[in-house]
Amino acid sequence: MKKFFSLLLTLALVLSLAACGGGNGGSDAGTTTPPPADSGDTQTPPPAEDVTITVAALASGYEEAYPGMWQEVCDAFTAETGVKVNLICDKNLEDVIGPSMQGGDFPDVIHLATGREKGLTEQFIKDRNIAELTDVLSMTIPGESAKVSDKIVGGFTDTSVTNPYGDGVTYLAPMFYSPCGLFYNAGLFEEKGWTVPATWDEMWELAEKAQAEGSYLFTYPTTGYFDAFLYALMYSVGGADFFNKATSYAEGIWDTPEAQQCFDIIAKLASYTNPVTPAQANDQDFTQNQQLVLDNKALFMPNGTWIVGEMAEAPRAEGFQWGMTALPAAKAGGNGASYCWLEQAWIPAAAPNLDAAKQFVAFLYSDAACAIFAKGGAVQPVPGLTDNLEGDNKLFYAIYDNGADAAMGNFAAYNAVAGLGTVREVFLDPVNGLVNSSVTVDQWVSDIKAASDQMRANLMG
Amino acid sequence: MRSSKSRGRFLALCVAPAVVLYFVFMILPTLNVFRMSLFERGAYSPTETFVGMANFQALAKDVKFITAMQNTILLIVTVTLITFFFAIVFAAILTREKIKGQNFFRIVFYIPNILSVVVIAGIFSAIYKPENGMLNSILSFFKGETVMVLWKDQPMVIVSVIIAMVWQAIGYYMVMYMASMSAVPESLYESAGLDGAGRLTQFFQLTLPLIWTNIRTTLTFFIISTINMAFLFVKAMVAKGMADVGLSFMYAQKDAGLYGYSMAAGVVIFLFSFLLSALVNWVTKREVLEM
Repeated sequence: MKKFFSLLLTLALVLSLAACGGGNGGSDAGTTTPPPADSGDTQTPPPAEDVTITVAALASGYEEAYPGMWQEVCDAFTAETGVKVNLICDKNLEDVIGPSMQGGDFPDVIHLATGREKGLTEQFIKDRNIAELTDVLSMTIPGESAKVSDKIVGGFTDTSVTNPYGDGVTYLAPMFYSPCGLFYNAGLFEEKGWTVPATWDEMWELAEKAQAEGSYLFTYPTTGYFDAFLYALMYSVGGADFFNKATSYAEGIWDTPEAQQCFDIIAKLASYTNPVTPAQANDQDFTQNQQLVLDNKALFMPNGTWIVGEMAEAPRAEGFQWGMTALPAAKAGGNGASYCWLEQAWIPAAAPNLDAAKQFVAFLYSDAACAIFAKGGAVQPVPGLTDNLEGDNKLFYAIYDNGADAAMGNFAAYNAVAGLGTVREVFLDPVNGLVNSSVTVDQWVSDIKAASDQMRANLMG
Repeated sequence: MRSSKSRGRFLALCVAPAVVLYFVFMILPTLNVFRMSLFERGAYSPTETFVGMANFQALAKDVKFITAMQNTILLIVTVTLITFFFAIVFAAILTREKIKGQNFFRIVFYIPNILSVVVIAGIFSAIYKPENGMLNSILSFFKGETVMVLWKDQPMVIVSVIIAMVWQAIGYYMVMYMASMSAVPESLYESAGLDGAGRLTQFFQLTLPLIWTNIRTTLTFFIISTINMAFLFVKAMVAKGMADVGLSFMYAQKDAGLYGYSMAAGVVIFLFSFLLSALVNWVTKREVLEM
């Protein structure tokens, strides 16, 4: 009897183990099926009905403003081409798709910009793990007669944001763009009779006036927001030539008078920054820094057009009204500059359904897709889209029409080296230290020079 | 003989699932960490290059890593000392003294432990807020003028993390010690009292030695968990680069595209925590007292 009982138990155990094993086998089979399906459809192009592509898109402020935006675009794509879409849309997209990608299971299309803290897109660029988009640009948009390249405003496929290796080849599709600049309370400026500074000298004068009122000139949400600021600053100080040299770490570039002026401006700005800023410049409290502007405790902050939606529910000073200005000109009579922040969509080199993925990217520029994205306030670099903007956005996107230069581009990609650190760690994070005086300007600048030399030595492309 | 053999087979089958799972999900990944620390590759890249010990050599020279490990050690030492001191004292008070609302205090102390780190970060962001934050308001009230301590900025940032971590950990360990303290027979205290031992003497001569085994075990647990908790707290509470600990360094390297390098940091932290627990175990070794 006892023996029978133990036999029964062991049998149950073996069965449960076998069940586990069977489960594994099943999922293995699931992950191994796509390649045959894929090889089948590369031979005979569109028996598209049985192809399913996976699209991973970041659920940013636009998706929040118009929930279901990405799903609607995917549905429209399916209706047009018959290719089914499995959409992954999440706020923390890196955490959702990261682990399975480490296991070799890649989505077909990823909409995720560079410049995010987890740097997922940067890692793909550094690994040369992104599929070329050259043929997408010459593709006809599904359901339309226009080619993709005809629908993209000139210049948007020429910068390091989309062509990371500087060889003129486009790897990342330019998607939503938004001008970045300094945001302020236009109501306060009107009430006090202040004018928005056109040069940095006027800016420092304003700082004194603000101090007399018990306010500070400047704040920033986190140091990450300095990337757009630094790009625009470099552009306004040194123009396109200096900008291009600096972002490719040209030798001796940080010893030039232009670079010195950039460092001086940031250092001086740090001294006029509301001192509570670094204490709140973290992912938990950054909205408190944004609140400083709403409460008139700081006049300006670098930010993007999403700020209006992000702080929509926040309390604010009486008569508050959003204003946005480009960075002031470096010298009187010069032009201000505003960084054009661009999100990218791209195809991993290991995407299982490359052809369908390219079709999807092309479809993102169709009139139907643009109209859906526009409902969420997302603007693509497609001609005529800014004409239909409303409210604050109309004002914000008009910044380039009002005489500001548009800065576009990124710090060039370099091969990661142990101990070197990222652009953000080297250039931007020490700004907290400048404000709380735990880092001196000299130290910051000499660290930048040392790191820049190493980055140049490891440039890609 | 036959029965013992079949018994052995039965036992082996019983533990097999756990052993298999442990091996596949714990041992293998750990070994893989050691292997990957010798390579250079991106987290998502298909190719890898063997670099030998280069990652470890770079680590030894990386100022950021050294600072991060210094912060880790500082947190382990201070948080452990403070937490254990308060946990033992509170446990002794709640078990040995007659206080009204004992259960109430026990629950209040325990609550932080069941909150997620994100919630704790939210609570402490209200406490540490520079303007009108709870802590600054209390300080201002007692000082009679506005106090503006920037808790999450240099140089107070590490103190803020320590306070939050201690607050979170006390309750759990207090409950553990209360359990073992209440197992000490009342008769021992009575006879000690008859011999003229005061409360403090009783605590040091009776309570502490009798719960020593428990303290030793929890100490090892605590040190290992602090390495992880320190990372979670720093990540959720303060700006990147302000008070980085070992594991935040590890994650930052992974995000920078240096998977092998981050694994090397992981190996160092793994060995460090292993050695530290061994050391603590050895230092706290005492003759076990039986009741």
